[in-house]
Amino acid sequence: MSMLRFGYVTGPVLGVLWMIVVATSVAVAMSFATGEAFRPSILLCLVWGALAGVAGVGARRGPANLAIGSGVVFLATLFGIGPLVMGEGVDWVARAFAALLLALSAIPPIRAILVQVTTLGALSRHEFEDAVIRFLTGFGYIFFTAIVVIPFYVMVMTSVKSQSALLQNPLDFSLDLDKGWALFRSYSELFGQFNFGSYLWTSFYVSVLTVLLTLLFSVPGAYAVARLRFRGRAAFSRSILLIYMVPMIVLALPIYIAFSMTGLRNSIAGILMIYPVTTIPVALYMLQGYFRGLPAEVEEAGLMDGLSRLAVIWKITLPLSLPALASVSLYVFMIAWNEFLLAFMLLDDPSKFTLTRGVAMLNSSEIPREHLMAGSVIATVPIMVIFLGLERFMTKGLTAGSVKG
Amino acid sequence: MTQLSTPPTGTGPLGRREARLAWGLLFPTLFIVSLVVVLPLLSIFWISFKPVGLADLRAPTPVVREDLRGRPAAGGDPAEIRYRIRNSSQDKLITGVVLTDTLPEGLTIQTLDPRCRMDGAALRCDLGDFEGGHREDFRIPVTVSQAFLDAETAVDATPVQITGSAENIMTNAEFTLENFARVFDGDEFWGVLGVTLFYTIFGTVGALLFGLFAAMLLNKSFRGQGILRGLFLFPYVAPVIAVAFTWVNLFDPFSGSANALLIQMGVTQQSINFFGQRPLALIMVTVFEIWRYFPLSFLFILARMQSIDSSMYEAADMDGASPFQKFWYLSLPQLLGILSVLFLLRFIWTFNKFDDIFLLTGGNAGTRTLTVNVYEQAFAISNIGAGAAVAVVIFGCLLIFSFLFFRFISREEGL
Repeated sequence: MSMLRFGYVTGPVLGVLWMIVVATSVAVAMSFATGEAFRPSILLCLVWGALAGVAGVGARRGPANLAIGSGVVFLATLFGIGPLVMGEGVDWVARAFAALLLALSAIPPIRAILVQVTTLGALSRHEFEDAVIRFLTGFGYIFFTAIVVIPFYVMVMTSVKSQSALLQNPLDFSLDLDKGWALFRSYSELFGQFNFGSYLWTSFYVSVLTVLLTLLFSVPGAYAVARLRFRGRAAFSRSILLIYMVPMIVLALPIYIAFSMTGLRNSIAGILMIYPVTTIPVALYMLQGYFRGLPAEVEEAGLMDGLSRLAVIWKITLPLSLPALASVSLYVFMIAWNEFLLAFMLLDDPSKFTLTRGVAMLNSSEIPREHLMAGSVIATVPIMVIFLGLERFMTKGLTAGSVKG
Repeated sequence: MTQLSTPPTGTGPLGRREARLAWGLLFPTLFIVSLVVVLPLLSIFWISFKPVGLADLRAPTPVVREDLRGRPAAGGDPAEIRYRIRNSSQDKLITGVVLTDTLPEGLTIQTLDPRCRMDGAALRCDLGDFEGGHREDFRIPVTVSQAFLDAETAVDATPVQITGSAENIMTNAEFTLENFARVFDGDEFWGVLGVTLFYTIFGTVGALLFGLFAAMLLNKSFRGQGILRGLFLFPYVAPVIAVAFTWVNLFDPFSGSANALLIQMGVTQQSINFFGQRPLALIMVTVFEIWRYFPLSFLFILARMQSIDSSMYEAADMDGASPFQKFWYLSLPQLLGILSVLFLLRFIWTFNKFDDIFLLTGGNAGTRTLTVNVYEQAFAISNIGAGAAVAVVIFGCLLIFSFLFFRFISREEGL
């Protein structure tokens, strides 16, 4: 470690690493955006990264030097001797854009990474570690953003491309805007021929009913566990979570058998019997935690004024815990909306499918891929809209909701 | 001597009332949970000792069809009522088969089978026991009257009924250990267990490490922090079916973008079948698990980080601690509690995970975990008993885990 703690080592090493990260990211981004050939050249990354690292440590600090460095990298990349190598067919606009993106995301950040490294000689531990952490931070932002964004980007873009076009060039996600509304052909077919409108509606009302049933059962239960004294309370509040340790597939098997024998299979009523039970324990756990945090004095005042316990719950506790109810509802809604296993096992009749079951139906070699991806987008967008709109409640619900997954 | 007054013991009437109310409030939850969770769990144990296949779920029943033969043209013509009867099962016995029917008016019975009795227009036949695969054509010769022909009544206007009792495989006293023998048979079980452990351990640890890394990135306020936090949660919030199919699509050997990208960058010459070959498929499903669940650990660790008192770090700064030292000696000990709880919970949940692998590979290419094995045995091989036996094995593992869980959870506050 101590060997690395010299400006002439730290600078070039971090420079090279950053250059590789940036060149790879730009290559991936440009490939996905245009479908043309972009790739990082490791050898040139070594050269340019090392140069940039040394310059970042040794050169005088100032916007002028930064601009010169960026300009040099930009021109080198544009003419094919930069860290990023581009294929023959890439037009000049894309070339210039890629080169600019590379130069701007390579040179100023290298400067920023090495901001505490001011000498080519020995570095203090502080200066060295600061530079490493800055590098890791930058890398982390790029890395996590990439791994999250790429799958969702591919999902959306595949749904509006034809399968044959993708077979020809799997990287070409460029949109043929001339087609206009025909781009959304797979969506209109899903809603027209595959009955996705009704699946959407089924999923929606199943999820809402699941939320309501869950609250109906878990609010009184949570109140009892949080406020009332009875024998076995501690054991009860602990064993609630034990139910969560039971794998769904273990339950799904006997439920499948029982439903087959009683004819509840293939009915929404059967689904509505099962879904709330899978969510009641976690809802109860979340709510009892919140109820405990509420001041008991308010409720006692209500009791003194002659309200019954149930009236206290209805008139005092519930209005006070609206934020918790919102979190729980959102969380339960998300679980019910995303539920796949039970819907898959218990529903066979296409007129009763939920959305996830409908998407599973599209996974067949006779149905083109873009339909499957369009179905996935239809299943994802509503829950994402709800999530982004109410993120504050959702994150709270997730954190309080323990680690159900 | 004054009498010593003892403090009241037991629960007073008020306490009893409170407890009654509590149990009353809890009763609906207890009832439905025991109905849908505890009952199935018990039945899993029962089924695991039963030689039951998917086809046995439908109990064998006698089936009957009725028609009029002989095409009578005028009153007084002979005809036959034919009942075609069969046992719906090929190998199961049905005992005490009884056929009942109401004959339409205008038919006169010529000779009655000795097994049958007429009571007015009502016909009742005791047909005895049916072997598996039994078929029988049961005919009753009749004469038709002109009135019957004029009325054009169909002979099956009054539906014929047939009953019989078959032994239900679920409730009879036939038990077997063969299911367990099959589950533990040979190398397969240890292979499945090994895959499960690999998937669980690396999936859990990976998700924790990535979550820790992501949490450290966002543990400072800057513009766009909220957006990034929302973005990082996407994989967890999206429906598993959507993201799983997207991954399959992305890593497809023929039209997958990932392969095209790798070839273009010169990492590989040929396209790689990511989800189709050992041991890559197992690594890929583990990576998917990490990708999908790092947001959860991220969220928890971030919440814990933000509650750490910052004055501690200021003091460390004064003492000249370097950033890594601060992380190692200050942050990590503070996070150890949440990390261990997360590890245990995620471990159990990853162990229980079914959907992800089922959607990505269907358990092929060396990715069959215990949970996928339940499905494979019960539905792919149609042996429900064996599936239940695997489920019992899973349950045994979980008992061990939950024992550990309770020991830790009682020590770690906050969760």
